Amino acid sequence: MKAAAFAYVRATSVENALELLSVHGEAAKLLSGGQSLVPAMNLRLVAPELIVDIGELTELRGVAVKGEVLTIGALTRHADLLKSREIAAHAPLLKDAVAHVAHPAIRNRGTIGGSLAHADPASELPACMLTLGATIIARGPGGERRIAANEFFVGIYETTLTPQELLVAVELPVNPKNSTHFFHEFARRHGDYAIVGLAAQASIKDGRFADLRLGFFAVGDRPLLAKSASKLVDVAITPAVLSEAASALDDELDPLEDQQATAAMRRHLAKVLLTRCVSLLLARSDLRAGASA
Amino acid sequence: MTATIAIALSVNGELVEANVLPRLNLADFLREHLKLTGTHVGCEHGVCGACTVRVNGDIVRSCLMLAVQTHKAAIETIEGVSDSGEIADLQSAFRERNALQCGFCTPGMLMAAQDLLKQSPCPDRERIREHLSGNYCRCTGYQAIVDAIESTAWARTGRRP
Repeated sequence: MKAAAFAYVRATSVENALELLSVHGEAAKLLSGGQSLVPAMNLRLVAPELIVDIGELTELRGVAVKGEVLTIGALTRHADLLKSREIAAHAPLLKDAVAHVAHPAIRNRGTIGGSLAHADPASELPACMLTLGATIIARGPGGERRIAANEFFVGIYETTLTPQELLVAVELPVNPKNSTHFFHEFARRHGDYAIVGLAAQASIKDGRFADLRLGFFAVGDRPLLAKSASKLVDVAITPAVLSEAASALDDELDPLEDQQATAAMRRHLAKVLLTRCVSLLLARSDLRAGASA
Repeated sequence: MTATIAIALSVNGELVEANVLPRLNLADFLREHLKLTGTHVGCEHGVCGACTVRVNGDIVRSCLMLAVQTHKAAIETIEGVSDSGEIADLQSAFRERNALQCGFCTPGMLMAAQDLLKQSPCPDRERIREHLSGNYCRCTGYQAIVDAIESTAWARTGRRP
């Protein structure tokens, strides 16, 4: 289908975009890469009165490292993240994750800010933000607001951003030394929406997890930073410990049922991912029993 | 404010100026305003890949880009890369390998395949499949398409299977 009629304005600066948002409020929608918004408009799921195109605000595009902080501008495209040396060096989990985001032609247009603001619960990048402990930076009429990733996502396609705010950047702590990561998702085809996925980061000392962060996606109405990860930290991992963590994880999940999978299948796949992740990160193939899917 | 907006862009090397409604997507602009009907419109929500074109050198879904967003951009369509001879060998390989049947997906397949071969001259079959994962073909079962791209890669890099 074709999008319903709308008015269009090309923002000339962040300030200009914010002025337009404060005048038009919920009637306006920001257009960044358009890879989620335009399909939704073409399917007539949304019909904004005004599109504010921020595509030319090049000051919002790019990756920079300063001290211990990696800053990614909101208009940084998925393809930019894949090619970025800074991302490969300081947030390799993100590089692995982006390779699973849709397809090359989509990654050439889609942006990190758009993906986070869209907040699709099956999307890879929101879960990575939880795992990596990101801070999301938004600007609005009252100035700048810094929001911890674990407070940013509040439901399906829902964030704490107000209609007057513009997501301008995300900040990530640079990858701690000796940390390791795991990314995997189950999907029908490469690039399809994940049925269930896991973005994990860990530090390992003497065969044990000194730290473990497990960001699951497509397991509920928003990405989940699993509290059950704490059951695996600073302990010798045995099949019994792992199984206890898996059942604690199960209590945290609230998966939806859709045409791709039942809730029970998602619960099962989340446990499979947990087991694979732990056995792979610790190089313990003995823990793999029951991890086939 | 839903009035037309003036845009100026390059399409296959020619300057184009037009007044377009904001809701008009790039695929429809190419097909209906410029009569460049090689760019096909399948799903209109970014899933099928039939509308793949190049914008400033990068492949994109033309159904997911508004014509107004292409102001000052350089667009290349299947007509452009065919006429220039850039993909003549790839097109021959598609023909020789029976990599098309109805032909609906072919322009998008060729745009995506050429994009891959520019970035990665010797891709393995897995890599080819991954790069084409966003392009649907409902006839061939993909095997012959992968064959055609693989043999073009071999020929371009002077290798033998």
